[in-house]
Amino acid sequence: LDEYLRIREDPDVASAVAAIRSLLEFLKREQSETILGLRENMTKAIHRLEETDSSVAVSSGGELFLRFISLTSLEHPDLSQCKNVMIERGELFLKKISLSRGKVGKLCHTFIKDGAKILTHSSSRVVLKVLENAAADNKRFTVYVTESQPDSAGKLMAQKLCNLNIPVTVVLDAAVGYIMEKVDLVIVGAEGVVESGGVINKIGTYQMAVCSKAHNKPFYVVAESFKFVRLYPLNQQDVPDRFKYKADILKTVKDLNQEHPMIDYTPPSLITLLFTDLGVLTPSAVSDELIKLYL
Amino acid sequence: MADSDGRQVDSINHSTGKICKELTKEEKQRLRKEKKQHKKNKKDDRGPPEKEKEKEKASVLAPSKPATQSPAHKAAPVPVNASASESPVAAEKPAKSKAEQRAERRARQDTERASKQGKKEGGQQSASSKPKATPNELQPVVKRLPEHIQVDDPAALKKLAKKLERQQVRQINIVPLRSDYGYKVSLFSHLHQYSRKNPPTQQISIPATVIHPSIVRLGLQYSQGIIAGSNARSVALLHAFKQVIQDYSTPPNEELSRDLVNKLSPYISFLSQCRPLSASMGNAIKHIKKEISNIPSQCKEEEAKRRLQECIDSYINEKIILASEAISKYAIEKISDGDVILVYGCSSLVNHILCEAFEKQRKFRVIVVDSRPRLEGREALRRLVKKGIRCTYVLISALSYILPEVSKVFLGAHALLANGYVMSRVGTSQIALVAKAYNVPVLVCCETYKFCERVQTDSFVSNELDDPDDLIVTRNGKTHLENWQTVKSLGLLNLVYDVTPPDFVDLVITDLGMIPCTSVPVVLRVKNVDQ
Repeated sequence: LDEYLRIREDPDVASAVAAIRSLLEFLKREQSETILGLRENMTKAIHRLEETDSSVAVSSGGELFLRFISLTSLEHPDLSQCKNVMIERGELFLKKISLSRGKVGKLCHTFIKDGAKILTHSSSRVVLKVLENAAADNKRFTVYVTESQPDSAGKLMAQKLCNLNIPVTVVLDAAVGYIMEKVDLVIVGAEGVVESGGVINKIGTYQMAVCSKAHNKPFYVVAESFKFVRLYPLNQQDVPDRFKYKADILKTVKDLNQEHPMIDYTPPSLITLLFTDLGVLTPSAVSDELIKLYL
Repeated sequence: MADSDGRQVDSINHSTGKICKELTKEEKQRLRKEKKQHKKNKKDDRGPPEKEKEKEKASVLAPSKPATQSPAHKAAPVPVNASASESPVAAEKPAKSKAEQRAERRARQDTERASKQGKKEGGQQSASSKPKATPNELQPVVKRLPEHIQVDDPAALKKLAKKLERQQVRQINIVPLRSDYGYKVSLFSHLHQYSRKNPPTQQISIPATVIHPSIVRLGLQYSQGIIAGSNARSVALLHAFKQVIQDYSTPPNEELSRDLVNKLSPYISFLSQCRPLSASMGNAIKHIKKEISNIPSQCKEEEAKRRLQECIDSYINEKIILASEAISKYAIEKISDGDVILVYGCSSLVNHILCEAFEKQRKFRVIVVDSRPRLEGREALRRLVKKGIRCTYVLISALSYILPEVSKVFLGAHALLANGYVMSRVGTSQIALVAKAYNVPVLVCCETYKFCERVQTDSFVSNELDDPDDLIVTRNGKTHLENWQTVKSLGLLNLVYDVTPPDFVDLVITDLGMIPCTSVPVVLRVKNVDQ
């Protein structure tokens, strides 16, 4: 657990990656005797992680990690051999996903034309990578970032973009409708991509999507493939509470109606395209990919 | 353009003064007795051994009835009662003959008859249509429309008759051609329209050796609407096939795997004449045929039969019973306390889900929407109220009144098409449309064995026309439509199915999990890879 917190402090690492890395460490130090016991311990570890940081990405990353390492049948009679195989695969998985952000960046930056005005929401490392790639390609564009209360992550994003010498403006969350007519495209990150092809992201994404649909602006989502999760919310209410609120709030507060949710759900009908390391997908293709990943 | 063709004069007495009402149980029994009498008379011409064979088959039917009753119990109480009323009729005939001798004699007579009656003359019209869900396995080069939706083209029918005459050399194929009834609306003149008062068995006689009696019984049950509902029809079909396989014996110099498949074809044509095959039935038949042809040739007959019976049992168990358990598991996650759920008509799967959810102590109430002329919602209402679920009952015309109260809509499906369209009872697409307008999530529940490779974007090209007389109703002693045949410009249209586009459906719950409507071809692809 301490390992996780330590890795977390590195600002460049996604929370899911940190989770997976710590799970790998846990696996290395693990002492169980049977494969079943191993799995149980891993699941327990994932639950512990979810309790400290209740984000969709941690849960999806954890589940995918577990599936990936135990995907094929482990027929070695010796448990330590099995463990070694699993650890190897775990490292492989980790390597793959650390490269995924780069892949997404490469795919997406071609969609940014010269002179484009981009709107984005809150702070996302993937979007940052995309804009970095585009800037490195000598494209000129301006970015509008929403403040994204209650944690003002937008300001952080603006700072990072400034460091890249990209002209950036911070707008109020309430000014999304006002600014929509000026922008050419909207790019947001995702905390989780659900089975229907919709995304779960910082609160305020949904209204941005609705606005962009009304103005006929393309709405792009960038996400790595380990964020695919097996949820299927029908509407905002259907998203489980454990993702909506921070973990410490869940534990201490009695009446959740008084709290502000941290995430919302954007249905697939409002999303134009999803950029993932598996390629550029339409929302209906997400289910296809999920079936391939999980089945 | 096809008006004059579509209109046919019905020779059988459709008594003009008679009001068409649902056949009561006594009438059904009478019909069945008539049919058996009819067959018996024909049997007397052919000699005693046939009659005793028939008795023996009847006795085999009687013990198998308890077996059919328990799974058919899921379908509706009506078919159970119907078959129960039939068993005393069948048991009247004493049957103590030895099965083996009969089988041998039967087999001998089969081969004799096959060689003797080489080409059956056109006296008995033996044109039959093969409405397979994927019709063009025979003509791989040219994609043609399936024959059952080319009813208005006399050339196509003649071609079919000729093709079957050619097939007569190998097998007896006396499958009756039901004549269409009444004036068909021109947009649907390419579909069959039969009257329930003319069951296919009344017009001609079907000797038991050509079509197995349990298949005849099944066909009658389909055409009279005694067995209705996609799952019920498939289960009944599979049970009838089990009976057929039980009574089947390989003729000499023939292989079971090839001969049995050929034997099944006229049965299937007969059933499709009684009522067009559903997608679920089509898939079940495909599965069985594949299993039969996979039987190794050195397998003994008893062993092969046993294997096939097991295979059918496991198919029913996996694809229907266990699938519904899995679907309820997923669906219950989507039902939260305080929900108001809307259901339409009677879907065995949706009823099962709601009953399970109620047992798991979810607090919800149900609104049952119903529509004429079938009024299937009453059956669903009966089942739910018996469980103790709070229900409201409305007709479909009150839909927009009641929708603001609703939090979720659960629909059953007859089939899911390869382009994501949902084919279901007529009225479903209306409900999905209005629910979308009110932003109410629409969930469709469907087992994977109902997924079919067909593609359809509208409800016209392939549908089913039910008996138009069902639309005639008597209120306050007055029947306004009873003389509708005499009015030349009047047509009654009683559609059975319609298709819902995937944009209106939010979620499809299958035994593989919850998928969006656009992922149906993915599931089909995965299934094909598995096979």
